[in-house]
Amino acid sequence: MQPEVQQRKKAESFSCTIYCEALVINDPDFQHEDLNFLSRSQRYEQAIRKSSLMVMKLREYGIADPEEIYWFKRTCLGNFPEPFGLHFSMFQKTIESQATDSQKKKWLPLVRGIIGTYAQTEMGHGTHLRGLETTATYDPATQEFILNSPTVTSIKWWPGGLGKTSNHAIVLAQLYTQGQCKGLHAFIVPIRQLGTHEPLPGITVGDIGPKFGYDEMDNGYLKMDNFRIPRENMLMKYAQVEPDGTYVKPLSDKLTYGTMVFIRSLIVGDSARSLSRACTIAIRYSAVRHQSELKPGEPEPQILDYQTQQYKLFPLLATAYAFHFVGAYIKDTYRRISGDINEGDLSELPELHALTAGLKAFTSWTANAGIEECRMACGGHGYSRCSGIPDIYVTFTPSCTYEGENTVMMLQTARFLVKSYNQVAAGQRVSGMVSYLNDLSRQRIQPQHVAARTVSVRINDPVSLVEAYKARAARLVEAAAKNLQAELNHRKSKEDAWNRTSVDLVRASEVHCHYVIVKLFTAKLSEISNAAVRAVMTELCLLYALYGISKNAGDFMQAGILTDAQITQVNQRVKELLAIIRPNAVALVDSFDFHDTHLGSVLGRYDGNVYENMFEWAKKSPLNKTEVHESFHKHLKPMQAKL
Amino acid sequence: MALLDTSKYAQGFGLGGVNPDLASERQTASFSVERLTTVLDGGAEHTRVRRAVVEAIERDPVFSRENQYFQTQNERYEAAVRKAVHLQKKMHEMGWREDGPEFIYIYRALAGDVAFLLHRVFMRSISVLGSDEQVAKWIPLATKHQLIGSYAQTELGHGTYLQGLETTAVFDTTTQEFILNTPKISAMKWWPGDMGRSATHTVVFAQLYVHGKCYGVHPFIVQMRSLRDHSLCPGITAGDIGPKMNFEHIDNGYLMLQNVRIPRENMLNKFCEVQPDGTYIRRGSQKINYFTMTTLRVSLLSDEVILPLMKACTIAIRYSAVRRQSKLNPGEEEAKILDYQTQQEKLLPQLAAAYAFHFINNYLHKLFDRGYKEIQERNFSSLPELHASSSGFKAMLSQYCTAGVEICLRACGGHGYSLLSGLPSLYTKILASCIYEGENTILLLQTARFLIKCFAAASAGQPVPQSVTYLAAVKPGKCPAKNKLDFLNPDIYVEAYQHIAIRLLSSTAAKLQDLIQSGVKKHEAWNQCTVQLVQAAKAHCHYITVKNFVETVEKLENKAGIQKIMKHLCDLYALHGIFSNAGLFLHDGYISGAQMDMITASYLDLLGVIRKDAVPLVDAFDFTDKSLNSALGSYDGNVYQRLYEWAQKSPTNQQISPAYEKYLRPLLHNKLSKL
Repeated sequence: MQPEVQQRKKAESFSCTIYCEALVINDPDFQHEDLNFLSRSQRYEQAIRKSSLMVMKLREYGIADPEEIYWFKRTCLGNFPEPFGLHFSMFQKTIESQATDSQKKKWLPLVRGIIGTYAQTEMGHGTHLRGLETTATYDPATQEFILNSPTVTSIKWWPGGLGKTSNHAIVLAQLYTQGQCKGLHAFIVPIRQLGTHEPLPGITVGDIGPKFGYDEMDNGYLKMDNFRIPRENMLMKYAQVEPDGTYVKPLSDKLTYGTMVFIRSLIVGDSARSLSRACTIAIRYSAVRHQSELKPGEPEPQILDYQTQQYKLFPLLATAYAFHFVGAYIKDTYRRISGDINEGDLSELPELHALTAGLKAFTSWTANAGIEECRMACGGHGYSRCSGIPDIYVTFTPSCTYEGENTVMMLQTARFLVKSYNQVAAGQRVSGMVSYLNDLSRQRIQPQHVAARTVSVRINDPVSLVEAYKARAARLVEAAAKNLQAELNHRKSKEDAWNRTSVDLVRASEVHCHYVIVKLFTAKLSEISNAAVRAVMTELCLLYALYGISKNAGDFMQAGILTDAQITQVNQRVKELLAIIRPNAVALVDSFDFHDTHLGSVLGRYDGNVYENMFEWAKKSPLNKTEVHESFHKHLKPMQAKL
Repeated sequence: MALLDTSKYAQGFGLGGVNPDLASERQTASFSVERLTTVLDGGAEHTRVRRAVVEAIERDPVFSRENQYFQTQNERYEAAVRKAVHLQKKMHEMGWREDGPEFIYIYRALAGDVAFLLHRVFMRSISVLGSDEQVAKWIPLATKHQLIGSYAQTELGHGTYLQGLETTAVFDTTTQEFILNTPKISAMKWWPGDMGRSATHTVVFAQLYVHGKCYGVHPFIVQMRSLRDHSLCPGITAGDIGPKMNFEHIDNGYLMLQNVRIPRENMLNKFCEVQPDGTYIRRGSQKINYFTMTTLRVSLLSDEVILPLMKACTIAIRYSAVRRQSKLNPGEEEAKILDYQTQQEKLLPQLAAAYAFHFINNYLHKLFDRGYKEIQERNFSSLPELHASSSGFKAMLSQYCTAGVEICLRACGGHGYSLLSGLPSLYTKILASCIYEGENTILLLQTARFLIKCFAAASAGQPVPQSVTYLAAVKPGKCPAKNKLDFLNPDIYVEAYQHIAIRLLSSTAAKLQDLIQSGVKKHEAWNQCTVQLVQAAKAHCHYITVKNFVETVEKLENKAGIQKIMKHLCDLYALHGIFSNAGLFLHDGYISGAQMDMITASYLDLLGVIRKDAVPLVDAFDFTDKSLNSALGSYDGNVYQRLYEWAQKSPTNQQISPAYEKYLRPLLHNKLSKL
C-alpha cells in the first residue's frame, strides 16, 4: 500500500467505502461511460478492460483485505457484474479453504497468472447438488482423473467468467474410484491454453448467450470429454484419493456450510442495497415530478404528495432500512460463529444456516418485488434505461435463484422450524430465535390454536408489535407442523407428507423471518443515540411493522391476535405515518449516500435536474446517430414508391 | 467447436421425438384439447383461420424471429420496419383485408415484433375524431402507407393526466392556421411509438388557444418529416428517446415544435371545431376526445396482456414437466418439479387467471361493441361505464398478468433468466402495459370515482348501469358455507366477492362523507381515501371477473370434459383470490377463521386436481414453437438440447472477442499498466 494512502486511512476512522471511493473517483481510468448505448460484446469488453485495470491497481496499491477488495471493486465497477468476480470470490477462496498446504504452495502463487472460475451448476441440475452428473474417474495406472460430461444435462452451465474469460475452473464432479461413487468433490481443471487462450483438446467451452441482465458477464458452458488431470488437482484438504485409488473420508461435512452461510448473508446485504438504490431514485424523482391536481386551480403537485404514491414508496423505504440492519446483524453473527467454528464449536451453525437460508429468500423476494414497485412508481420514465432501475432489477433478480433457489431455501428453514417444534413437543427446550416455540408446551392440552390466547397489542409500541409477530409465527409454525403430522397420520410416506404440506411450510418460514426482521429492527432502535435519528427510525420501524400487519391482516385476525377494530386502526395508523414520514423522505434516501455515478440514474440525480438530462441522454441513442435512419432508404422509401 | 451427437441424444426419447416426460402428461388429459382450443377461439372456423394466418406468416422467412435475442437495437428496429413493409405485400398476396377475419390474428402471429403499430392508432383516432372530409382525405393516404402516422400525446413532464399537457396550438385568424409550440422542456412530446425515426405525420394533442382563451386539449394532424427525403420539417426537432427495458424494435420518440404552422383543417373536428372567424363549436361530450384511448385500453388487453401470460404459463408449465430436481421419494428418480406443491402453487393460479381473463376480455369486447354503436349515433350515455370498465380492467389485468409472468419466470430457476427461455422479453414487454395508456393507480382511481357516484345513486334508488346494479343490494350477513366442499359452490364464492366489493366501497364512501362533514376539503378528503379507493376498485373488478367466469362456465357445452375442467379452473381462480386476500374476507367476519381453513384446504386440493391436466391446458392455447420462441417451452420438450444449440448461435461464440488480446493477455503477463 502506498504510504500516503496508508496514512490517510489511519488518520481517518472512516469506512473503507470512502477511502476506496477516493482512490477510484480521482482515477481517470475508471471514468464511467454510459453502458446503455453499448452492445453486449462491447459491454463485455468494457468490463474486461475495467476488471483488468482494477486487478492491476489492487496489486499496485497492495490492497488485499477481502472487505477492502469488495469496496474497491464496487466503486470501480459500479454495480455491474464482472467477469473476474468468481476468480476472487470462489476460485481463490476455494483453493485457500479446501487445498492442502502443498497444493496452496503450488497454486496460490500461480493465481496471478491464471484466471479461474467455479463450475458447479449444470444444465439439468441446480440447487439439488447431489444430482450433479459430471464424473471424475480415477485412473491409478496414470495417477490421473478422467473428467467427463456424460449427458447434455451434465454440461456445466451458468458459471460466470467461464465462457470467454477464464483459463482454469474449479469443477465439481462425482468422484469415482475403485469402481465406487464417492460423491461430489472439487477439482482444478485447466480449460484454455495459456498463451493462445484456445480451448484445450477435450474441452468444449463457450458463452451461454444473452440473458435478462449481466450483459458484461460471459456466463459459460463447459463440456469435458475424457479430459485428464493429474491426481494432485483434486482439492484434498478434507477428502483424499491416494495414489493407489484408496479414498480417505473427510471428518465432517458440516464445514462446507460455512461458505454458503457467508454468501447468503451477503445477499441479505445486497437486498438492502439494491432496494435502497431503487428507493433513492423513485423518491427523488417523485419529489421532482409534478402531475395532475390535488386542489382545483392550483399548480400540479409533486407526486410524492399523493397518498397512493407514499403508500407505494414509504413502506419500501422502511423495508430497505430494516434489511440494512438485518444484513449487519447476519454479518456480525457469522463472524462471531465462525470464530466458534474455528474452535470446534458447531452448535450454533444449524440455526444460523436455517436463518440465513430463510432471510436470503425473504429479503431477496421482497427486494425484487420492491425494486419493480419503485420502477412502476416512476411511471413511463421508469421504463427507460435512463432511470437506472431496469439495470438494478435485472442485476438483482437472479439472487432469488442463485446460491439456493428461494423456495428451496424456505423449505430448509421450515425443516429447522419443524424440528425445533418437535423438540419442544418432546419436552425439550429450544434456544435462539425459535425460543418462542417453548411457550407452546404450556398450551399443549388445549385443542384450539395456541396463539389464540390474547396478546394485548399496542399498535404504537414496536416492542408490542414484535410480540404480535411472534404470536403469528408461533401459530403458523404450529399449524404447519400439525398439518404435516396429519398427513403423516394418513399413512403417507414422509416425503409425500412433506410435499403436501410444503405451501404451509413455506408460509411458516416466511412469518418466522418476518418476525425476526421486526425484532431486529426494533432492537436496533435502542442503540441509536441521536434523538432525532431515533425518532425517525422509530417511525420507519412502526411503518414497517404496521404495514406488514395491514398486508397480512388475515393471519393476525385468524389467529385472534388482533381484532377487526384493531386492524382498522392499524390501516389508519399506516396512512398517518405516511404523512409523518413525508417531510423526511428525501433526507432518508440521501442518507443512503449513493454517489450519482454509482446510482447511474437520470431520474435519481442528486440535483434533480431530470428533464434536461433526459433529453441530453436520449440524443446519444444509437438510433439517433444519423438524422435519417438507413431503414428509410432501405425499406420506407421503396414502400412509398411502390404503393 | 464439437457439437453433441444429437442422434444419440434423441434416442432416449419416444416416437416423434417428444420428451417422454411431456408425452406422458398428454396421455392423461381429462378433456379434448382441440375442443377447448375452439372454445377459446370462439368456434372451429376461427381456429382454422387463425392457424392459416399463423402458418402463412411463420413460413415466410422475412418474419423469422430466430435471431431476435442476439440483435442490437438498430438491428431490431430495422427488422421491425422491414417486416412492417413486407406485411403490406403479404396481405395483398394472401388477400387479407384490414376488415377481414384474418386481420386480428396477424399481430398475434408476428408476436408484436413489427413497426408501425402507432400508425393504426393514428388511423383510428382520425376515424373516430375526424369529420367525414378529414376521414376521406387522410385514411386513403394512410391505408396506402403514403404517409406513416404516430400518436403524440404523452409529454416529458406529463402522462396520464391529460389536462396537464403543455403543448400549445394557437389559432391565427389572419392565416387560418394553428401555430404549435413546445413552450418548455417538460412539454416535449416523449414516448410516442414510431415517432423517433419512422413517422411522417402524427396526431399531436395540444392546448387549444383562440383569441387568448384556452379551450383545453385537442388533437391536430402535424407533418413531421418530408415525404420526399424523410428529413425533418421546419420547426420540428425529433429523435429516438434511447434504450428501454424492451421494445428495442420500436423507435419511441421525442418531438419539439417551434412555431410549426398547420392549416385550420388539420384539427380533428368531428366533435369540436374552430370556425374561420375563431368561433369555437362543440358537438357532444368533450370526453369523446379520450374515447380513442378508452377503446385502445380494451383492444390491447388480448394481445399485450393476456396472451403474454398464456405464453409464460405454457413455457413454465411445459418446462416444469421436463425439469427434474431432487427426490420426492428416496430411491426413486428425481421428481418433475411440477409435482412439487410449491411449484403448483406458483403456476396453476396463473393458468386459472389466464383463462379467467380470456373470458372477461370477451365480456369487455361485447360491452364495447354495443357502446361504440351508440356513440356513432351520438348517444354518449354509456361513456362513463365504458370508461370506468376499460380503466379498471386494464389496470387489474395488466398488473396481475405482469406479476404472473414474473412468477412464471422465477419458477423456471436459472434458465428462466436466459433470454433464450423467452420469459425475460415477455416480462419486460408486458410490464410496460402497467403504464402505457394510463398509469394503473390513476386508472383505478377513475374507476373508483365512477363507483362512488353509482353507489350514491344506487343508495338513493336511482338507476345505475347494469354492471353495478349489485351495489343496490347491500345485505349484511355471514357466509353460509359449512364444509370445504361448499366452497366449490359458485354461489357461495360469488356472493363472498360481491360482499367484499360492496363493503369496501360503502366503507370508503362513508369515510369520505365523514371527512367532508368534519370540514376537510373535498379534494383533500379524496386524497386521504385513495389507498382504500384503489382497493375498492380492484375488488369490484375482481368480483365481476369471478362472476363472469362462473357464468361462462355455466354456458359451456358439457361435452368432452370441457365444462368440468373449466369449472375446476374457475374454482381455483376464485379460491386463490380469497386465499391471497384473506384479510379482506375475514375483516367483518363475513368469512370466519374456520371457514378460511376450509377455503385453504379446498384450494390446495384443487392444485392437485388441476396438476393432472396442466400440460393439456396450456397446449389448448395452441401456440406454435415459433411464436413462443423459447428453448424451454417448445411442444416437444427437448429443452436441454435446444438450449445448447441456441447458445452456439450467440454472436459471442462466433466472433473472436477482442478482449483477450487487448486486456487479458497483458494482464496475465502483468503488463497492463502500459495500456
